[in-house]
Amino acid sequence: MGNTDLTGLVGAAIGPGLDRAPTGISGLDQITGGGLPRGRLTLIAGSAGAGKTLLGLEFLVAGARDYGEPGVLLTFEESAAKVADNVRSLGFDLDGLQRDGLLAVLSFRVEPTEIVAAGEFDLEPLFLTLDDAIKRTGAKRVVLDTIEVLFGAFGADSIVRAELSRLARWLEDRGVTAIVTGERGDHSITRHGFEEYVSDCVIVLDHRVREEISTRRLRVVKYRGSAHGTNEYPFFISARGFVLLPITSLTLSYGASEERASTGIARLDHMLGGGIFRGSTVLVSGTAGTGKTSLGAHLADAACGRGERVLWVLFVESAAQVLRNMRSIGLDLRQWVDAGLLRIWPARPSSFGLETHLAMLVQLLDEVTPTVTVLDGIANFAHEASVAEVTSMVARQMDLLKVRGITTLATAHSHGDETSTLSISSMADTWLLLRNVESNGERNRLLFVLKSRGTAHSNQVREFVLTDHGAELVDVYAGAAGMLAGSARQAQQAAEREAQLRQADDLEHRRQELRRSISEHEAHFAAVQDQIAAERTELDRIGVRERHQAADTEADEVAMGKRRWADAIPSDGANR
Amino acid sequence: MTQPHATEGAPGADAGAGETWELCLYVTGRSPKCLRATENLRRVCEEHLAGRYRIEVVDLLENPRLAADDQILAVPTVIRKLPQPIRTIVGDLSDTDRVLVGLQLRPRRSAAK
Repeated sequence: MGNTDLTGLVGAAIGPGLDRAPTGISGLDQITGGGLPRGRLTLIAGSAGAGKTLLGLEFLVAGARDYGEPGVLLTFEESAAKVADNVRSLGFDLDGLQRDGLLAVLSFRVEPTEIVAAGEFDLEPLFLTLDDAIKRTGAKRVVLDTIEVLFGAFGADSIVRAELSRLARWLEDRGVTAIVTGERGDHSITRHGFEEYVSDCVIVLDHRVREEISTRRLRVVKYRGSAHGTNEYPFFISARGFVLLPITSLTLSYGASEERASTGIARLDHMLGGGIFRGSTVLVSGTAGTGKTSLGAHLADAACGRGERVLWVLFVESAAQVLRNMRSIGLDLRQWVDAGLLRIWPARPSSFGLETHLAMLVQLLDEVTPTVTVLDGIANFAHEASVAEVTSMVARQMDLLKVRGITTLATAHSHGDETSTLSISSMADTWLLLRNVESNGERNRLLFVLKSRGTAHSNQVREFVLTDHGAELVDVYAGAAGMLAGSARQAQQAAEREAQLRQADDLEHRRQELRRSISEHEAHFAAVQDQIAAERTELDRIGVRERHQAADTEADEVAMGKRRWADAIPSDGANR
Repeated sequence: MTQPHATEGAPGADAGAGETWELCLYVTGRSPKCLRATENLRRVCEEHLAGRYRIEVVDLLENPRLAADDQILAVPTVIRKLPQPIRTIVGDLSDTDRVLVGLQLRPRRSAAK
C-alpha cells in the first residue's frame, strides 16, 4: 500500500513484552508500536459509520495479502456479498482472497423480533462456526463485526454476556489476533460494556459531522503492556482505505536536508542564507493583496526551471486566474503546465470536507510526485470549520508533505493581525510575513523574515516590489521619519539629496561670507592702523611745534625790553 | 377497521390444523441443554400435535457449516418450518408457555406474563 512508507519512520513506543500484528494502516501501526497485540483481543468501539468495519477489514486484508496471515470475518451487520461490494472500491478483493483460501467471510443476521426465548441456551454454534473457519483457512486473524447485536436477541442477556466472555477467552486460547467491534455507548465505551472482556487493547473511533464536514478521530484508550499515543489522531478514509497521520510522532523523525533550493527571488535567497532547505515548510502570511501568491509562483517557476515537478493547490482562485495574474508580473507558468512539470489543482474546500480534501491531496502527491508543493490560501478553510479542526487539518497536510520530503510553501490569508495565522506558524520552518503599508495615498508591500529555522537569516525588512519582470526586493528607507516604501521612499530619497545639496550651498555661502567678512575686517584693521600711525605722527609734530614757540617768545621779550631801555628786566605785573 | 383483528384466534393452531408440522431442532451433541430440549419438544408435540408432527434433529457438531448456512447462532434452537410462517424458538424449552407461544399453539394472552 502506498502509505506504508510511513511505517519505517517511527520505531518508538514499542513495549518489549508484546508481539504485534501489523494492521497495514501505517499511522495506526506507528502509534501502537507496530500493530495490535498478537494473539490477543482488541475492541474497536465507535458509532455507526465511524469506520469500525473498514478498520477490521483492512486488518484482515493486510494480514491475508501482505503478512501471510489468513483471516476470518464474522459479520452480524451485512451479508457477505454486501461486505465485499462495499470494499471493492478500496481495492480489497475479498472474493479473490476467499477463492485463494486466505479469507473466510461469514455472516449472521440477527432479528430479535423473530426469536422467542424459551429456556437456557448457549452460543456454541458461533464457536463451532469460528472453529471450522479458522481451521479451514489456517486463520491467524479474526474479526467479529459487531458482536454486540447479540445482546437483546435471545431475551437473556446474562447468558449472552457469559457467552461473549467465554468467546473472548476462547479466541485468546486459539492464539488468533482478534478484533471485535462495538457500538459506542452513552456511559461506557460500548453500549453493552463489552470492554469488560477486553483487557489488552481498546480503540475508539469518533466521527463528527459539523456543517456537512466530517472529521474522524482515533484514540487508543487501552494498550496493555506498552506505551502508546494517548492523543486523538485524526484519520480519513481515502480511496485506498484508512489513513491515519500521527502528527506528534512523525514530527520527531523528519529527515533534515542540508540542500537548499532557490525561492526564485535572488535577494530573498540571500536574506534566507542561500534559499530554503529542501523538504522544509515555508509559511507566507499576509493580508489580501500583499503578493503571497507571487512568492509561491516564483518558487514554482524556479523549481520547474530546474526540471522539477510542482503541485500547486489552489484554495481560492481558478487555475486560469492564477496563470493570468502571474503573467502580469512576468512569470509564464503556462509553459510549465504544458511541459507537464506544473500541476495546478483548484480545490475549493467548500466543495468537500477537510478529510476528503486531505485524501485527494494524498492521491495527487502519489500521482504527480512533486519536489515542491504550493498550498495557496490555506486559511480559507477557516470559513468551513472550526479553527481547531482547520489547524489540525493543515498540520496533517504539512506533515504529509514533510514526510515525503516535499518542499512546501503555504500561503495564508490573515485578517489584520498577521501573527495569529491559524497557529500553524509553529509548524513552518520559515515564516515570511508580507505587510501592506499605506502612506501618501498608496499601498506598498513589505517583506519580513519572521523566522527561518537552521538559518542565519536577515532580520531586515525589504520592500517587496512586483514588477512586470517578476518580484524584487528593495531596501526600504529607514531613517528618522520611520520606514518608508514606494514613492514615499523615493520622495524621501529625493528630499534627502536635495537637503544635501542645499546644505552644500549653505556652507559655500557661509564660507564666502566669512571670507568676505574677514577681508573686510582686515581692510578695516589696516585702515585703523594707518590712522593710529597718522595720529602718532601728528602728536609728535605738536610737541616739536610747542618747543619752538616757547623759544621764540623768550627771544621776542628780550628784544622788546632792549628797545624800551629797561634797566632791569621787570616782571609783567610790576610794570603796570 | 373498527373491529380489532383477532390475534388471539390461535391462527397457528388453526392454520396447522390439517397438515403435518415440520420442526427442526438444532443441537450440539448430547449436552444436557440439548437433551432437555429434545425431551421437552417431544412432550409438547405429543400433547398438542399428536400424530401430525415431524422433528428433525440437526447436530451441528457433525456439520458445523450448517450453522452459518441455516443462520443458527444459539443452541438449542427450534425452527418451525411448516406451517408457514417460519418461527424460531431458542432455549432448552423448559418454559412450556413460551414454547407454546413460540410455536403459536396457544393464544398469546396466556404468555403475556
